[in-house]
Amino acid sequence: MTSSGIDRLISLLSKLPGLGPRSARRAALYLIKRRESLLAPLAGAMNQALEDIVTCSACGNIDVIDPCAVCADPKRDASLICVVEGVADLWALERLNAFKGRYHVLGGVLSALDGVGPEDLNISGLAARASQDQVKEVILATNATVDGQTTAHYIADRLSKTGVQVTGLAHGAPMGGELDYLDEGTLLVALKGRGPVG
Amino acid sequence: MDWTDEGIVLSARSHGETSAIACLLTRDHGAHAGLVRGGLGKRHRGVLEPGNLLKATWRARLSEHLGAYALEVIRAGAAPFLDDPLRLAAISAACAVCEASLPERQPHSAVFEGLSVFLETLESESWPSVYVKWEMGLLKELGFGLDLSRCAATGANGQLAYVSPKSGRAVSLSAGEPYKKSLLPLPAFLLNAGGEGAPRDVVNGLNLTGYFLDRHVFGHHGPGIPPARLRLADRFSRK
Repeated sequence: MTSSGIDRLISLLSKLPGLGPRSARRAALYLIKRRESLLAPLAGAMNQALEDIVTCSACGNIDVIDPCAVCADPKRDASLICVVEGVADLWALERLNAFKGRYHVLGGVLSALDGVGPEDLNISGLAARASQDQVKEVILATNATVDGQTTAHYIADRLSKTGVQVTGLAHGAPMGGELDYLDEGTLLVALKGRGPVG
Repeated sequence: MDWTDEGIVLSARSHGETSAIACLLTRDHGAHAGLVRGGLGKRHRGVLEPGNLLKATWRARLSEHLGAYALEVIRAGAAPFLDDPLRLAAISAACAVCEASLPERQPHSAVFEGLSVFLETLESESWPSVYVKWEMGLLKELGFGLDLSRCAATGANGQLAYVSPKSGRAVSLSAGEPYKKSLLPLPAFLLNAGGEGAPRDVVNGLNLTGYFLDRHVFGHHGPGIPPARLRLADRFSRK
C-alpha cells in the first residue's frame, strides 16, 4: 500500500462517528498490523454490506432481504405498527424484545430548519399500510421533541380518515432518574401525566 | 468579550458529533447564534427545544466570532404542550417566523417581549389572538406595520372592517363594500389592545398577517413563508 493509500484509509476512517484524525490514524495502524485477522475480513464484510443491504420496501428498515426479517416474520402481530424516526430507533425498540408488532421507518421528522416537509418522509407509505384491514393500531414512537411531536400530530391527522387507532409513547421521568437532576421540561411533562399509585 | 441575557430558543442544529449551534432571540442582542458545546448530549437535549426561555451567557474572543453559549433553563416553553397539536404548531410557527425574518445581532426587544408574552399566555384560551397580535407587532418592528387607525378612503375611524392588500391601511365597512372581494377581512379584536377573537376572527387574523409577512418579509426570500407557519394556518382553519 502506498502512503497515499494509507492517507486515504485514515481520511475515510476519520469520517466515521467518534473518530477524529488522531484516532483514525490509530485505527488504521491497528488494522494494518492485523491484515489477515481483521483488515481482510472487515473489507470483505464492508463489500458484502455494500452489495447486499437493501431498504425494505414495506417499512423502510434496512436488511439483506426485501421485505426485511421483521416484515417477513409471520409470528409478528400485523395489526400493530410502530412508527419510528430512524433505523436506530427501530433497533432500540428491538433490543427491548417487548414489542411484537411491525415497524415503519419515517426517515426523519418534519423540520423547518432543515427544510424537511411531509413529502420528504415515508408518510404516504404509512397511510397506505394503515389502510389495510388487518392494521388496528399505529403507535407513534417519535422523539419527545418539538419536531418529533409536530410530526406525530401531522401523522395522526393524516391517519384520522383510516379509522385506525393512533397512540403515542408516554413521556415523563426516566428509570433511575433523580428529580433534582431532571430538566424542567421532563419534570413538567411527568407531573402533567401523573397517575394513581397503588 | 461576553454578555448575559435572557433568550428564547428559535432553533438548534447539530455541529459535529456532540455540539450544536443554537439560535436564540435575546432581549438585548436580538437573534444571536452561538456554539453550545455538548449541545447534542443528554444534558442539553431538553434545553435546546424551540420556545424554551433561557438564561444565556455568550463568550467569544472577538465580537464578530460565533462564540459559545452557556445556557440554563428559566422556563420550558414547549414541554407542557407536546400533546397539544395546535399550541405546538404555534410555538414552531413563531420560532420559525422569528428565525427567518429577523436579522442577526440586531436588538428587537419588542419582538422578544411579545414572543415571551405569547409563550406565557399559551396556558390560557386567548393565545391565538395573542399570536396574531404578536405577528402584527413583528410586521411593525420590521418596518411594515399596518395602519388600522382610520379608513384609508374616508378618514373615519368607525366600523373598520377591511385592510387594503396594497397599502396595508384599514378600510371601513361602507367604503370597502364595493371592493370587498379584493380586500382582506379585518378582525375586530385587532382594533383594541385587550381584544380576543373568535376562531373565525383568528383565521382572518392569520390570513391578514400571513399575507403581509409573505409579501414584505418572506416574498424576497428563496424558501418563502416557513412551512411551520403554513401548517399553523392550515391546522387552525380546519379547527
